[in-house]
Amino acid sequence: MIAALGLVVGIVLGLIFRPEVPVGLEPYLPIAVVAALDAVFGALRAFLDGIFDDKVFVVSFVSNVVIAAGIVYLGDKLGVGGQLSTGVIVVLGIRIFSNVAAIRRHIFHA
Amino acid sequence: MPDPQTDDHLDEPAEPVDEQAAEPVDEQAAEPADVQSDGAADVQSDDPVDDPADDPAEERPSGRSRLLDALAHPRRGQVLAAVLLAVVGFAAVTQVRTNVDDSTYAGSREQDLIDILSGLAGTTQRAQAQLQDLQETKTRLDSDTSKRQAALQEAQSKVSTLSVLAGLVPVTGPGIKITITEQTGAVKSENFLDLIEELRTNGAEAIAINDKVRVVAQSSFDQGVGGLIVDGKLLTSPYVVTVIGDPAVLESAVTFGRGPADELKDDGADVKVTQEQDLDIHAVRQASDGGS
Repeated sequence: MIAALGLVVGIVLGLIFRPEVPVGLEPYLPIAVVAALDAVFGALRAFLDGIFDDKVFVVSFVSNVVIAAGIVYLGDKLGVGGQLSTGVIVVLGIRIFSNVAAIRRHIFHA
Repeated sequence: MPDPQTDDHLDEPAEPVDEQAAEPVDEQAAEPADVQSDGAADVQSDDPVDDPADDPAEERPSGRSRLLDALAHPRRGQVLAAVLLAVVGFAAVTQVRTNVDDSTYAGSREQDLIDILSGLAGTTQRAQAQLQDLQETKTRLDSDTSKRQAALQEAQSKVSTLSVLAGLVPVTGPGIKITITEQTGAVKSENFLDLIEELRTNGAEAIAINDKVRVVAQSSFDQGVGGLIVDGKLLTSPYVVTVIGDPAVLESAVTFGRGPADELKDDGADVKVTQEQDLDIHAVRQASDGGS
């Protein structure tokens, strides 16, 4: 319950404050959001599996975001930023799909 | 359970939540009271993700009930998850908003910008080539038009000259007026024709007799009863010949020694020549007359 409220609070805060994204971070924010979503779905799946641990959640969340943004940053430095960010999105998308499939099995038994 | 179930379970362990699945088992075992409480902890400890096909009937209700339980009874442990979810929500909303109103290229990568720029440069080049082509076409058409206009003007001036010569329009200008009055004899048509020929040779632009008959290239002269028949019309003395042209030249053409004036005088007529600066010839021929 508190977690769902946290999500709602974050969305509302984003709508209220309308923060400006620094130009330097602009290419990395979408990747970071997708990586964080992957961590969130992974956590939800682990919770439903009964193996959720908040320490692990925090670590996976932060490392997901940092690694995803870092890979894209590295790609930008190497001149393949566009392709590498596509690759990261694809990998994270696959993971999110498999996590959601597991969550679906838990909740809907289907 | 049917086949799809086992299929799903086959790929489930293949894609485990790495960070979550690898460690939690021992973390959870170390301090289970941290997260879970009652029966859920039991199930989870002896039935981890690694072998879910073991006892699915036992596992599934526990997952759902755990979720419902967590929604129903907020615990202190959820605060951390709430904070992270808030961060995700905040970032997602920010990104969506940035994406929506980012009509400029501020967030684009260097390489993307270079691509866009080179694309625009190519477009500009093509547009300029097109512009050049069109300007050349315009120049060509302009010169065509001016040539055509010059030709048209020339043709129009030729038309006005020719219509004066053909006697189709009234004419105004300097010239001479010759008055021939029969006194002792009738004027012979050949002498009259000599006069007309002499006038033509000396640059007469338009000739009219008695302001009735316009003399042109096809005009005919014949001897008639009591006068001359010019172009089928009977003209009687006095004959007034109005001529447009250079007055001095025309007068000398009529009055030189043994010229037309003397011949007419021999016929027994009186000839008077006057120079005029402003003569009008109203007599015109119909266009159909000229053709015949």
